[in-house]
Formats: sequence, structure tokens, C-alpha cells
Amino acid sequence: MTKRWMLLLATAAFLCGCESMKVQPWQKGNLAKPEMAFDSDVLETRFADHTYFSKEGASGGAGVGGGGCGCN
Amino acid sequence: MRYGKLVAAVCAAFLVGAVSAQEVGKPAPAFELPAAGASKVRLADLKGRVVLVDFWASWCAPCKQSFPWMNDMQAKYGPKGLTIIGINVDKKREDADKFLVGTPAKFTVAFDSTGKVAEAYQPKGMPTSFLIGADGVVRAMHVGFRESDREKLESELAAALAAAGRK
Repeated sequence: MTKRWMLLLATAAFLCGCESMKVQPWQKGNLAKPEMAFDSDVLETRFADHTYFSKEGASGGAGVGGGGCGCN
Repeated sequence: MRYGKLVAAVCAAFLVGAVSAQEVGKPAPAFELPAAGASKVRLADLKGRVVLVDFWASWCAPCKQSFPWMNDMQAKYGPKGLTIIGINVDKKREDADKFLVGTPAKFTVAFDSTGKVAEAYQPKGMPTSFLIGADGVVRAMHVGFRESDREKLESELAAALAAAGRK
């Protein structure tokens, strides 16, 4: 029984550890580099998004799911 | 059970990890940092002046927007007792220097490459500014910078100077 509690406590504490070791706002220099972005080319991404939206517009495109009423 | 104490110690270490942030109404943590040239910036030397401490980085876009505003404020309120200190948190000094070539600063710039001062102040984003009254107490904190913030921030500066009896 004690072992179980210990495991629970350890798990909880390890989760807290993840919270306190996060990257601080002033340490985000590397994350801010262009090569860290999901999209490498803004124009390319917008072009792809536009095509996607045109194709999937009936169901809401890239936005919220719509009903194809043409009102979004 | 043999590892009981070890597990407990590790757990405690993780739980203690969270540090408290700098709060409005508390005395501003003292710092001493290298500035441009060979000079140093000490917060303690600025006792009696209203100080705006602004944390910025070369990779931060809103910081770039905030520089002209801070230049204006330093020019306008400097003679009335305001000192603006822009604390750069870049790991590499060259990055900051490159930024400053394109975005000149007409206020004091200090370099905190180890992030020690940032740790003490715990800025919640980039940029974050702390307005320190003439009594050394943090009066206000502001995260981010938008053009629409200009008036509100300026009124806070003016209020801090008025409270210090320098109108």
C-alpha cells in the first residue's frame, strides 16, 4: 500500500517538475529563429491554405466546421 | 522502501522548483550589469529617480516597436528624473549589437547574457517593462508592446514622476 502511495507521489512530483523547468520567456531566442517555425515560407503556406479553403469550403474550410450554408 | 528517502528528496526538489515572480508593490531587486562601452549600470545608483526597466531581445518583434517610444520618453522625461534601462537578454552580445545598429537606443542599454537579472524579475513575456518609483518599489509591470499602449504607459510614467514630486 505504501509503495502505491509512493508511486503516486513520485508521479505527481515529476509532473510538477515539468512545469517548473519550462523555457522562460527570456530564453526563447532559439525558438524564435525562422528555422524553428512550422511553416518555412509564409507565401507558400498562404497559397496552400487558400487552396485548402477553396476545396473544403463547404465543410468550413480551415476554420470551424460549418454546414455548407455558404455563410462563413 | 530503501529508496523512500531518495524519492522524497527528488519530489521535494521538483516541487520547490517554481520561483516566485517579481510583483507590483514590492522593492525592485538590485542589479549590476555591464552596459555599452566599459561602463556598468547599477540600480542602486539611481535612487531617487524613476526607473523604467525594460527586458528586450533581438529576436523579439514588439521590442523593436517599443524602442522609438522609449527614446521619446527618455528625451521627454529624462530631465524630469526618468531613467530608462533596456536590459538585453540575448545569449550572444553580437545579436544585440546588430539589433542596436538598425534600432538605435537613446537610453541606457545593459546586457544580461546569463539571464540572472531576468530570473530575479521574472518577465512574463518579451518585452516586459517594470516601472520602479523613486522609492525603489515596483509601481507597475507591463507585458508586450503595442502602439496603442503608448498613452497609457506614458501616463503611468508621468504619475510615477508626479508621485516623486518631479512634475
